[in-house]
Amino acid sequence: MSSVKLTNIVKRFGTFTAVHRTSLEIPEGAFVTLLGPSGCGKTTTLRMIAGLLDPSEGEIGIGGKRMNDVPIHKRNLGLVFQNYALFPHKTVAENVAFGLKYRDVSKADIARRVNDALDLVQLPQVGDRYPKALSGGQQQRIALARAIVIEPDVLLLDEPLSALDANLREDMRVELKRIQDRIGVTTVFVTHDQSEALAMSDQIVVMSDGRVEQVGPPEEVYNTPASEFVANFLGASNILSARCTERTGDSVVLEVPLFGRLAIPVAKAPNLTREGPAKLVLRAEKLHVAPRGRPADGVVSIDATIETVDYQGQAVRYFLRVGDTQLQAINMIDERPFAEGAEIALHVRPQDCAALPEG
Amino acid sequence: MSVEAREARQPWILLSPALSAVGLLLFVPLGFILVYSFWLRTASGADQVGFYLDNWRAALSDPFYRDILLNTLKIAAITTGICALMGYPAAYFIARARGNKAILLLLLMLPFWISYIIRTMSWINILGVSGALNSAMLWLGIVDTPVQMLYNEPSVILGLVHFLLPFMILNVFVSLEGIDTNLEAAANSLGATRWQSFVQVTLPLSLPGLAAGGLLCFVLGAGTYITPMVLGGPSNAMFANLVYEAIITQLNWPLGSALSLMLLAVLGALVLIYNRYLGMAQLMKGLG
Repeated sequence: MSSVKLTNIVKRFGTFTAVHRTSLEIPEGAFVTLLGPSGCGKTTTLRMIAGLLDPSEGEIGIGGKRMNDVPIHKRNLGLVFQNYALFPHKTVAENVAFGLKYRDVSKADIARRVNDALDLVQLPQVGDRYPKALSGGQQQRIALARAIVIEPDVLLLDEPLSALDANLREDMRVELKRIQDRIGVTTVFVTHDQSEALAMSDQIVVMSDGRVEQVGPPEEVYNTPASEFVANFLGASNILSARCTERTGDSVVLEVPLFGRLAIPVAKAPNLTREGPAKLVLRAEKLHVAPRGRPADGVVSIDATIETVDYQGQAVRYFLRVGDTQLQAINMIDERPFAEGAEIALHVRPQDCAALPEG
Repeated sequence: MSVEAREARQPWILLSPALSAVGLLLFVPLGFILVYSFWLRTASGADQVGFYLDNWRAALSDPFYRDILLNTLKIAAITTGICALMGYPAAYFIARARGNKAILLLLLMLPFWISYIIRTMSWINILGVSGALNSAMLWLGIVDTPVQMLYNEPSVILGLVHFLLPFMILNVFVSLEGIDTNLEAAANSLGATRWQSFVQVTLPLSLPGLAAGGLLCFVLGAGTYITPMVLGGPSNAMFANLVYEAIITQLNWPLGSALSLMLLAVLGALVLIYNRYLGMAQLMKGLG
């Protein structure tokens, strides 16, 4: 188990820069997720840590040692791929034992450790089978067992759940987190799925176009996005043009065309340091659709019309129109959602809003 | 007609053009050849129709034919081995090349644009007594008189390798292309060096391609008569040369038919044994 430290790494492919100058510290034992859309540089970053790609510039350190010139087979890493990458010509047990053959492990110990690893991923009975005889979810568990049986310093997971279907993906998510907690290995997880990132990570690194947009624990990244990109990528947000007119000790006052004056806690607008143009970030699930009438104290209310209702069972997504502006709101519901075309009120509490500087 | 009956007929309807082509162009002529092989060529030069076993008796008992058959199989085997050793690295290089794979494959196919006979004859201009290599060696003073490098077994094998190498490379290339590159990455991450991961993962997974390429090289090599005719000497005749000799030169169709069926039977048996023991099907099963 080791920490990972990236210092000013850059990766260029010809004239294309896949990863711009990035520094990142991953503490020992942490579960860190690189989150972003495809092409954002997250997999490239992972492959540089793994040693499958050499950084064009900068330094990669694992456990305090410079790793740039250490070949992949000497880095002692566990690597899990989206497509499992199990050896099709070897049995499950041979797959799991593969890494142990290159370490000084006796035959009896190999057998014992392979069994332990298969127990850990809850597939103790499949050692004699070939990978093709297993389902996708089972194959991915074997791939995980193969990666952790060597007791790697760092576990690198490249979209390991993306090839699985939705229900299985959620089960595997819980399972993966349980195993990681149990062995406590430093883990770097790459995904484009925000719910995986939010559910599993100690820290999320949001990337876009080869740059790190924000680093922080899930709640922080979710509640206080540092950029418009982050606000849009994690969950559904409404982003409105606003104007910062006043900064006091603990709040920031925004003038928002639809809502009027909103006083937002400073903690929700850490990057908004100057008065002037700004952006208001309204999370879709913080906008509450209610019958018209007097709102409670401390709640800002505006009138809106429901355009579209997207019913999802325990929740409902409304597309609302306020003048020329379309907003979306995601609300939990007990019984029936409001009907399309209903004239309703839209409630929001200023402390649930976040603000960003313009641009 | 029921749906089931229609569905059962469909594959046969779709296969019928191919089946009739194979039937008319392969099995019917083979039938003629089989019938011919039991006729007898008489001293007058006319074929005597009937059921005579003389041709078969000669083909199966004469040590002359047996020795040439064994020599043919030996030359085909050596050629196949050389093709495998030379072709695998080339195929690996093309499969792992970045970007310009299409050009490399085009270069590989380029020789097919020139007739096989012309390609074979080109070696005369290179290795012949007044060929390029001898001229260069004379000019450099390495030798005083031209060296005869043609018309021996090595020159036949050289010509066959030249002819068959692309078949080997293509077969191995296709199987290497089908191997997920993440497999090698996974092996490396688990502690295997590049060579170890090649031996443990890539090589076994590419064996079906190597086996298919090997079979193709062997069968094509064992059935050729042009290469030994152009590049071989009198003692380098291969079995197909005997067939050519019997049918074209001596006009002895019955004997030529028996000899060609004999070669077909030997190669067919080898293919079956190959399939059974090298277990191509078994290898394929592992790959799903």
